[in-house]
Amino acid sequence: MPLTYYLVLGAILFSLGVLGVLTRRNAIIIFLSIELMLNAVNLTFVALSNHVQNLDGQVFVFFVMIVAAAEVAVGLALIVAIFRLKETVYVDEINLMKW
Amino acid sequence: MNDYLWLIPFFPLLGFLINGLLGRNFSEKMVGIIGAGAIFLSFVTTLLTFKELLTLEPEHRIFIQKLYTWMATGNFSVDVAFRFDALSAVMTLVVTGVGFLIHVYSIGYMHGDRGFFRYFAFLNLFTFAMLLLVLGNNFLILFLGWEGVGLCSYLLIGFWYEKIDYANAGMKAFIVNRIGDFGFLLGMFLIFKHFGSLDFDQVFSNAAAVPPGVITAITLLLFVGATGKSAQIPLYVWLPDAMAGPTPVSALIHAATMVTAGVYMVSRASALYILSPLALSVVAVIGVATALFAATMAITSQDIKKVLAYSTISQLGYMFLAAGVGAFSAAIFHLMTHAFFKALLFLGAGSVMHALSNETNLMKMGGLRKHLPITFWTFLVGGLAISGIPGFSGFFSKDEILWKAFSSPFGSPVLWGVGAVAAGITAFYIFRMIYLAFYGESRVDPEVALHIHESPKVMTVPLMVLAVLSIIGGYVGIPHVYMGLEHFLEPVFEPASVAMAAGAAGHASASTEFTLMGISVVIALAGIYLAYQLYVMNPEKPRQLAQSMHGLYTLLFNKYYVDEIYQAVFVKPFVNLSNVFFWRFFDVKIIDGIVNGVARIFGNIAAGLRRMQTGIVQMYALSLMLGAIIIFGYFILR
Amino acid sequence: MQEILFFVLAAVAVLSALGMLLNKNPVYSVLLLIVTLFSIAGLYVLLNASFIAAVHLIVYAGAIMVLFLFVIMLLDIRADVEHINLKRLSRILALLATFIFLGETFLIIWMSLKGKAAFVGLGEGILGDVPSVGELLFTKYLLPFEIASVLLLVAIVGAIILAKRKLRPEPPAA
Repeated sequence: MPLTYYLVLGAILFSLGVLGVLTRRNAIIIFLSIELMLNAVNLTFVALSNHVQNLDGQVFVFFVMIVAAAEVAVGLALIVAIFRLKETVYVDEINLMKW
Repeated sequence: MNDYLWLIPFFPLLGFLINGLLGRNFSEKMVGIIGAGAIFLSFVTTLLTFKELLTLEPEHRIFIQKLYTWMATGNFSVDVAFRFDALSAVMTLVVTGVGFLIHVYSIGYMHGDRGFFRYFAFLNLFTFAMLLLVLGNNFLILFLGWEGVGLCSYLLIGFWYEKIDYANAGMKAFIVNRIGDFGFLLGMFLIFKHFGSLDFDQVFSNAAAVPPGVITAITLLLFVGATGKSAQIPLYVWLPDAMAGPTPVSALIHAATMVTAGVYMVSRASALYILSPLALSVVAVIGVATALFAATMAITSQDIKKVLAYSTISQLGYMFLAAGVGAFSAAIFHLMTHAFFKALLFLGAGSVMHALSNETNLMKMGGLRKHLPITFWTFLVGGLAISGIPGFSGFFSKDEILWKAFSSPFGSPVLWGVGAVAAGITAFYIFRMIYLAFYGESRVDPEVALHIHESPKVMTVPLMVLAVLSIIGGYVGIPHVYMGLEHFLEPVFEPASVAMAAGAAGHASASTEFTLMGISVVIALAGIYLAYQLYVMNPEKPRQLAQSMHGLYTLLFNKYYVDEIYQAVFVKPFVNLSNVFFWRFFDVKIIDGIVNGVARIFGNIAAGLRRMQTGIVQMYALSLMLGAIIIFGYFILR
Repeated sequence: MQEILFFVLAAVAVLSALGMLLNKNPVYSVLLLIVTLFSIAGLYVLLNASFIAAVHLIVYAGAIMVLFLFVIMLLDIRADVEHINLKRLSRILALLATFIFLGETFLIIWMSLKGKAAFVGLGEGILGDVPSVGELLFTKYLLPFEIASVLLLVAIVGAIILAKRKLRPEPPAA
């Protein structure tokens, strides 16, 4: 089975994630999209690990998951904190970093 | 060869570092031992090196130690190298020897001062810089030491910086010296331009190949530096004010060593000076004029240290007179004896001040002979030496200078005459000072008089050593004695002595020499007698004289108004120019305008660019994507 | 057989990802993403990576997604009513950028694999089972592994601090 299939699938999933980050306003959905992007990359990692006959890629996937878990924990806490402050999770209504 | 040359300046540097960095926590005793001990080690090293030097043939008496190449860019290369030849040897011995005595004396003099460790650190740093100056093997190392001693002079003049006058005196010294240094720098540039090197040997051996006009320019520019450092007309004004520093500093820096750096430098460059008769006459005329001029100002000064300061200027004038008539060894000879007796006089004055709670006004002294016997006798020895009384060191060196001023091919009877008159005035004002301070009725303030006491041993012993040196120091210079100083220095001044010999044929005879010697002794004795008449026999007479010659007295008392003239001619206009043009126009409008304008341009750009910061996260994400697209595109198209 | 499985799983993954993207209700979005994650786990199995597949299911589907659901329910977020504040232009730009990006990615894949026979699959390749990956984790990657545990600890502490209602007790009312 060609490696190309997996890579193309990874690219498609990644692009869907990008699209979600760029177009959705809900911070939680943006977060989900980021998770999707991470998983697309993980899939590519595993596929290439299989292809080059080296388990290091899978270990990397493992670490990506750990980082993703940490990121989700902190990120969701941030969303909760912002929601308390601004009563919204829509990123276009949160522009505290404006000039 | 001698590989330990670097130790001579190294010890004072080490002392400076130890005392300067850690001295705050040391006891006074510890600081004093480190400070004086460093100079003592340096002195011992010098003696050993000197002994080794003497074992060599006269023509080969030179040690050169190259430590490393300081900088090399293009065809410009400067080594950190030390040179120990006859001239450096004499200078180094004076600096470390007299320096050591003054360090010891300072332990007593500075006792109880808050800045005790700072004082010793500066003094060691000074000695280091001075040794660099006299040991350097090229003009740049010399200049490094030259600036170093200037810095230390500034630091020590303003040592008691809480007093604004003292701090100002330090600044004045620094600024006036800077004018001289400017000339020195220009001279060095010219040397490098025409010789392609700053190394002494290379410059001096190629001196004949350079056009005489250039040599004259170089030597005159170097002499400008010398007038600054050695307090000659017209840049002498800083030295009297420099008396604000602690008295041992005046003795070491402003009498014995630093101010003689100009003489040393001219002597070191004798091979250049001898090629330029014009420069030589300038040096001689400035020298003798300063000798006379400063001596007259000393007559009316009422401050014991100022008298000595003018006396120093005057004596330095003698040295330049000697150098100016080509008698460089006589200049160095006088430099050496002057270091002994002037250090002695200053330290004696310091001892008097120590006894009188820092009183420097001669009018508030008198009758101190009984209270301060050791100080009196040593001071008297110094006075006799500087007056040129036969048997004391000053006689030999001063007479040598006057004789050379008369007999040298570059000299003239006029130079001799002016010099002799100045010598008479010297004897007069020195003994005026001695009589005012030590004889007659006591005019000391009553409450101060209660505390009059002879100084401790740590101060009187250096005085006595210097007194002995002031007496015997002259005998090394008697020309016909085996191993005389002139003979010893001959290899260094070879080009000069060759030129002198060429012009001296049949010019001088021994009988003329002894006649002139007799005349100058008589003049000196007359000066002393006059002082005795005026200040011991008829104490009222001076005041009457001052009234009858009111104009002259006022002129002298106000030091010819030179400070005021400088103030009006140079300082005021420049301050005004700076105030109106450089500050209010150039600085505010142009410099600040450019700076603020640039800042405003960036401010405006940023005011536009900050609109990009929308605060909307997805905008940022989109630009991130665009970046990724561009990078991917680059990899595809590559 | 393998290929059929792959295509089914890939189709499910892409479709549910699309659904997550387009759905207005965040709860559905999360559930659809879980479907995607499950199919990705299946793909991992097809790639001989059984350990990763298991961890993936436990961590992602089991923990992270539940966390998402918790937060959504905790905040009681209303359905994503489409009052679009983002300008049309920026949406078009985003779409354009994504497509260009996808195209570039395809191009790169094509350029780098052109003319090469690169195959992966169940039968071929190495076995990413628990013992082999675990051994690697505890030997070659021991230090990163330990650091990762510290990272998780820091994240926990950070999350608690951030989500706490007040950092300091209220000052007593005057």
